[in-house]
Amino acid sequence: MSLPARYLDPIGRNIIRFLQTAQGLIAFTLITLGVAVTKFNASTRVIHPLVRSQIYRAGLRLLPMISFLACALGLMIIGQMVALLTRVGAQNLAGTVMVTVVVRELGPLAAALVVLARVGAAYVIDLGTARALGEVEALEALCIDPVHYLVIPRITALALAIFSLTVYFIILTLFSGYLFAFAQDVPLLPGDYCKQLAMALTWEDFALLALKTCSFGIVIAVVTCYQGLAQPLRLEQVSAATTRAVVQSVVACVLLDVLFIVVYLVM
Amino acid sequence: MTAASPTGEVPAAQPATAVIEMIDVSIGGAGVVETVSAEGIHCHIAPGDYWVIGGPPGSGKSDLLATMAGLYRPLKGTLRFFGNDIAHLGEDAFLTARLRMGLVFGNGGQLFNHLTVAGNIALPLRYHHARQRVATEERVQAILEATGLAPLADHTPGEIKHGWRQRVGLARALALGPEVLLLDNPLAGLGPKESRWWLEFLAQISAGDEILGGRPVTLVIASHDLRPWFEQGKQFALLRQKRWLPVGGRTELACSDEPLLRELLAADFGAGRTVGS
Repeated sequence: MSLPARYLDPIGRNIIRFLQTAQGLIAFTLITLGVAVTKFNASTRVIHPLVRSQIYRAGLRLLPMISFLACALGLMIIGQMVALLTRVGAQNLAGTVMVTVVVRELGPLAAALVVLARVGAAYVIDLGTARALGEVEALEALCIDPVHYLVIPRITALALAIFSLTVYFIILTLFSGYLFAFAQDVPLLPGDYCKQLAMALTWEDFALLALKTCSFGIVIAVVTCYQGLAQPLRLEQVSAATTRAVVQSVVACVLLDVLFIVVYLVM
Repeated sequence: MTAASPTGEVPAAQPATAVIEMIDVSIGGAGVVETVSAEGIHCHIAPGDYWVIGGPPGSGKSDLLATMAGLYRPLKGTLRFFGNDIAHLGEDAFLTARLRMGLVFGNGGQLFNHLTVAGNIALPLRYHHARQRVATEERVQAILEATGLAPLADHTPGEIKHGWRQRVGLARALALGPEVLLLDNPLAGLGPKESRWWLEFLAQISAGDEILGGRPVTLVIASHDLRPWFEQGKQFALLRQKRWLPVGGRTELACSDEPLLRELLAADFGAGRTVGS
C-alpha cells in the first residue's frame, strides 16, 4: 500500500463512521420526536410514573454530589477570583465575571457532565442489557412502543433534571464563593455582591440558561439511548457502547456550548 | 344454520377465516433481511386450532413465531392476520390485530427484570387500557391465581427459578386476553411436574377457560421435542432444512416415516428435560 493510501484509509474510514453515527443519531432523534408528538398523551398511567422515577434518579439523587461540587468549585474558583479582582481594584466587575463564568459556562457544563457520568452512562448499560436480554423484543410483543416506554421518559427527565440541577448549582456556587471571599476579608458587602449579580444578569441569560440546559439533557439522553437501544447488542458489547456514548455526549455538549457562546456574542 | 340465497341455492360452507394465514412466506433470521431463516411456509391456522411446529434447535422456529406474532415482517409471501393481509393494514389496524395475539418467549420468558412478577403482568394492562387501578389489580390477581404465581407476586424475575419465570411469561401474555397464543419451546428446561402443569393449563385454555372469558384460545407451539405434544396437538408441521413441511393431524404424525419426525418423537436434544425424559 502506498504511503498516502495508508494514511488516507483510516481517515476515510473514520469519516464514514462519523457520518454513519450522525445519520443514525438524526434518524433516532426524528423517530423519537415522531413518537413524542403522536403519543403525547397516551398511556399516561405508565409514562408519568416513569418520568417521575427518572427525575428522581437523575435529579434528586444527584443533589448531594452537586452540592459538594458547587461548594468546592465556589471555594476554589469563585472565592479566589473575587479576592483577586479586589486586589487589583476591580471588585465592581465581580458580578459580571460571576455571571459569565458560573451562569453561562460552569453551571450548565458541570451539571451536564455530572448527570452524564452518573446517569447517562447507566442508561446505556440499562438499555443495552435490556436489549441484549430480549426485553425490548418483549415490549414489542406486547405492542408497547420501546421508544415511548424507554426513551421519552429519559429525555424528559434529563432535560428537567439538568435544568434544575444547574439552577441549584449556580445558587450554591455563588453563595459558597462569596463565603470564601468574605473569609478572606474582601471588602465586598453581601448587598453589593447581590446588586452586582442582579445588574449583570439579563433576561437573555435566564432564557438561554433554560434552553442550554434542556438541550444538554436532550442531547445526552438521545445519544445514550441511541447507543443502548438503536442497535442489536450482545452483552459483551455493552461496555464499548457505554464508552462510545459518553465520548459522543461530551463532544456533542461541547459543540452545543460553542453554539451558545456564538449566540451570546451575537446578542 | 346456513341461509339460502335469493335464487334458492344453498352456498357452499366457507372455511373459517384463518386467525393466521401464511402463503409462500419466507422469514428472516431474527428479523434480519439478509438471512433467510425458513421459506416456502404455507399454513392456515383456524380459530381454536392447536398447532405444534417441530424442528431441531436453530431451525428457525423462534423466528417463525415472532413473524406470526407480527414482530418481524416476512421477507416474501403473504401473511394474513384474521383475514387481513398485513401488507395492506394501516398502523392502527395492524396494532389492533397484534393485540389479539400473545407471544410467550422461550428461555425464561424475556421478562422485565426491573419489575416484579405482578408488575410484569400489569404492564400491558396499564399501557393499553385506561381502566381503573382496582380493575387492573383484580385482573392481575386473577391471572396470578390461575397460573399459581400469587405467592411470587412481589418477587422480581431475578429472584425466582427458571420454571417460574417461564410461567410469568405465560401470565404476562394472557393479561390482554389474547385469542391466539404463540409459545416458543415452553417446556424447555422444565421438570416433569412443571411440564404436566403446562400441558394441562394449555389444554384448559384451548378448550376455553374462565380467565380468558371462556373463549377457546388458538394455540401455536414451537418445540424441538414433539413427545409431550403428541396427545395435545391437533395439527403438526416441521421446519426441516429451512423448509416448511406440513404433517397433518395425530394419525398422520403417527404414520409418518419422515426421519426428522421420528427423531423429534424419539430423542431430545439435551437442551431441556421434558415429560418422559
